[in-house]
Amino acid sequence: MSPPETTELSDYRRREQSITLSQLETPGQGEGDRTQELLTLNFGPHHPATHGVLRLLVTLQGEIVRDLKPIIGYVHTGIEKTAEEKAYWKVIPVVERMDYLSYYFNAMAYIGAVEALVEVEVPRRAQYLRVIHLELNRIASHLIWLGTGALDLGAVSIFLYCLREREKVLDLFEMSSGARMHTRYFQVGGVIEDIPTGFAAKLREFLKIMPERADEYGAILNSNEIVLQRLRGTGVVPVETLLGLGVTGPLLRAAGNPWDLRKAAPYSSYEDFDFKIPIGEVGDNYDRFACRLAEIYESVKILEQALDGLPEGPHMTGDRKIALPPRHELATSMEALIHHFKLVTEGFRVPPGEVYNPIESPRGELACFVRSDGSSKPARVHMRDPSFVNLQALAPMAKGSYIADMIAATAMLDPILGGIDR
Amino acid sequence: MKREPLGTAVDPKGLRVRSLNAEQMLRGAELEGANRPAHLEGTELEAYVAERVLTTTLDSAVAWARSNSFFPLAFGLACCAMEQFQTAGPRMDIARFGFEAFRASPRQADLIILAGRVSIKMAPVIRRLYDQMLEPKWAISMGACCSSMGVFNNYALVPADKFMPIDVHVPGCPPRPEALMHGILKLRDLVQNDPEAGWRERYEAVGTEERP
Amino acid sequence: MPDATGLELLAQELGDAAIETVYFRERATVVIDPAHIREVLGKLRAKGFSFLASVHGVDYYPEEPRLGVHYELLDMSRVDRLTVKLRVPLEEPEVDSVTAEWPTADHQEREVYDMFGVVFRGHPDLRRILMPEDYEGHPQRRDFPVGGEPVLFTRDEGQWLESRE
Repeated sequence: MSPPETTELSDYRRREQSITLSQLETPGQGEGDRTQELLTLNFGPHHPATHGVLRLLVTLQGEIVRDLKPIIGYVHTGIEKTAEEKAYWKVIPVVERMDYLSYYFNAMAYIGAVEALVEVEVPRRAQYLRVIHLELNRIASHLIWLGTGALDLGAVSIFLYCLREREKVLDLFEMSSGARMHTRYFQVGGVIEDIPTGFAAKLREFLKIMPERADEYGAILNSNEIVLQRLRGTGVVPVETLLGLGVTGPLLRAAGNPWDLRKAAPYSSYEDFDFKIPIGEVGDNYDRFACRLAEIYESVKILEQALDGLPEGPHMTGDRKIALPPRHELATSMEALIHHFKLVTEGFRVPPGEVYNPIESPRGELACFVRSDGSSKPARVHMRDPSFVNLQALAPMAKGSYIADMIAATAMLDPILGGIDR
Repeated sequence: MKREPLGTAVDPKGLRVRSLNAEQMLRGAELEGANRPAHLEGTELEAYVAERVLTTTLDSAVAWARSNSFFPLAFGLACCAMEQFQTAGPRMDIARFGFEAFRASPRQADLIILAGRVSIKMAPVIRRLYDQMLEPKWAISMGACCSSMGVFNNYALVPADKFMPIDVHVPGCPPRPEALMHGILKLRDLVQNDPEAGWRERYEAVGTEERP
Repeated sequence: MPDATGLELLAQELGDAAIETVYFRERATVVIDPAHIREVLGKLRAKGFSFLASVHGVDYYPEEPRLGVHYELLDMSRVDRLTVKLRVPLEEPEVDSVTAEWPTADHQEREVYDMFGVVFRGHPDLRRILMPEDYEGHPQRRDFPVGGEPVLFTRDEGQWLESRE
């Protein structure tokens, strides 16, 4: 296929078609000094060491990274635009697919915003069930992070171990909602179904073995000289830079700032649980790794407390204008039938207003902004994704260090491109 | 220290080394007595050979070899990639079929599993990757987003059929590892020249909306 | 969040820049004049709101002025949140960039430019971030069509096959 004449193509297209990106200007090139020549290298978007389709334009001096520019947009799905076309209830599955490893968190942020707008109260049992599923999802997300992160560093077997544990978590999700991923379990006003019998027993089994398994993974990686050398002392960024860049989550906690929305501004009955926030001291890649590993233990603690203290009660609000009535009522009550009809065809209407609802996802502050104009479809849904903002911290983490450290930094940054690109 | 022999001792002179002579075998020379067929000719000879020797065409042999050793390209876009990992994981082990060698380079891979949503920025990149793969190559479109537009029917996505040929579409959002495995095994049957007929052929059926 | 009275006091301190205050569902908002955004954020930083959590855009179609930009501020020591909103018309969608004082706004302002067309003066590298760089149009505006492919049903399969030949 011969390329069309260059006069028709924009600069951008011509650059993208060339195999070598030699036409890009290389900043800071020394005047005629060949020993200081800088090389611009393109990582991705398809590269085994990137998490998803992240493209990095890296300017190298030898093996040292001098400048790093991430280019994103390769999984841009137009989720926010699609959400404006759908009723509030139907936006939940669309928004769940944004940050595809923490699907319950996406749903929780959006649903929290809608519940604030509609001013509906969520029953206690539903809040505890939400906490159970959120913390299970946090464990699953950290397991994939650990598996793919260790895979990037070269420790291949950890990947398979983490997938084995994640299968157990996905089994639990399948028990409660029927699907392994993107479950649509959370609904506005509560959860869609109560947990079945056997869920509690299976969860307790899982909670017994998970700390032992996490100990194993810690033992394997902490005694591995290569992992320690690659992670210790690399990717250090001072806390002020991180705060300026808007970084939250385990990245900020590894640098020493104990900011966690579950403790600072508790939502969905997190104030009932007793757990600690692991923070790091130095802020290097090893601290980020250790923080996330410690968070798995804390999530197990929260799950035990939530399961022990699970209150009786309804799993969904009784407000029939928001939540579907139970099916047995449709045969006897005319009002239930009408409510069901209105909710399924048009959906509930939300009073006009704008709400920004932040929660703590495994990657940081995940927030949802919903603007409603009084109809049954939202006028604007924006997800403030933590990975999108945290990605700006990759450049300070990798500048001045080797390519291998850049790979380790990307692994410890835990970017999820679905959230970055939405 | 005298070493004890393991098992019963074998007398080397007792081993009878037989020389294998193909013609003798085919003509029944190794059989004794009444079972020994007389000089076989024609169809009898063919039947005798067919019982003892496996023959095939080179095409089928090559197809069998190719279909049992796909090298998938390590390519994951979005949520379906997580289920692709689980397919390679310990429970739904893709290695028992021989497909665990996920290659990073498209030059070394022959199967591209499009796992996830294809956005308009990514489509030329995928096309370039597909072009870099060497023949014979196959493509599986995993999930609803690349097979059709999936959940998101909007300006940002492209169904994979628009820019590259796909052999097997696996529905699901995301498809379970069992579903993906079913799709890969269907592709394996296809490559072995034994494709499973679709429901229309199998049941000689017609869709509900098409019935007059 | 600062409560309703705290919000009013804050707005008075901002002076002419503050056009309106909204206290809705216990969340505080200040709507300001777009020309003063850097000064307002600087004053709020001095009051303790030192973390910019999010910069995002909204299209208020059909109300004018149409394009809005929202800045979510967070005070970590007092766990206080404040939203600063501004609105610009479609004909002159220009706002000063705050990237110099708040580095987190870099990618986020690029996204607002990409999706809504708001031009940030003084931004170090204002290009499209999610769409391809030569894409025309700003997708998240309300009058931009959603797009997509027509859904194929088996009953239409005959027509579709014909139209491809």
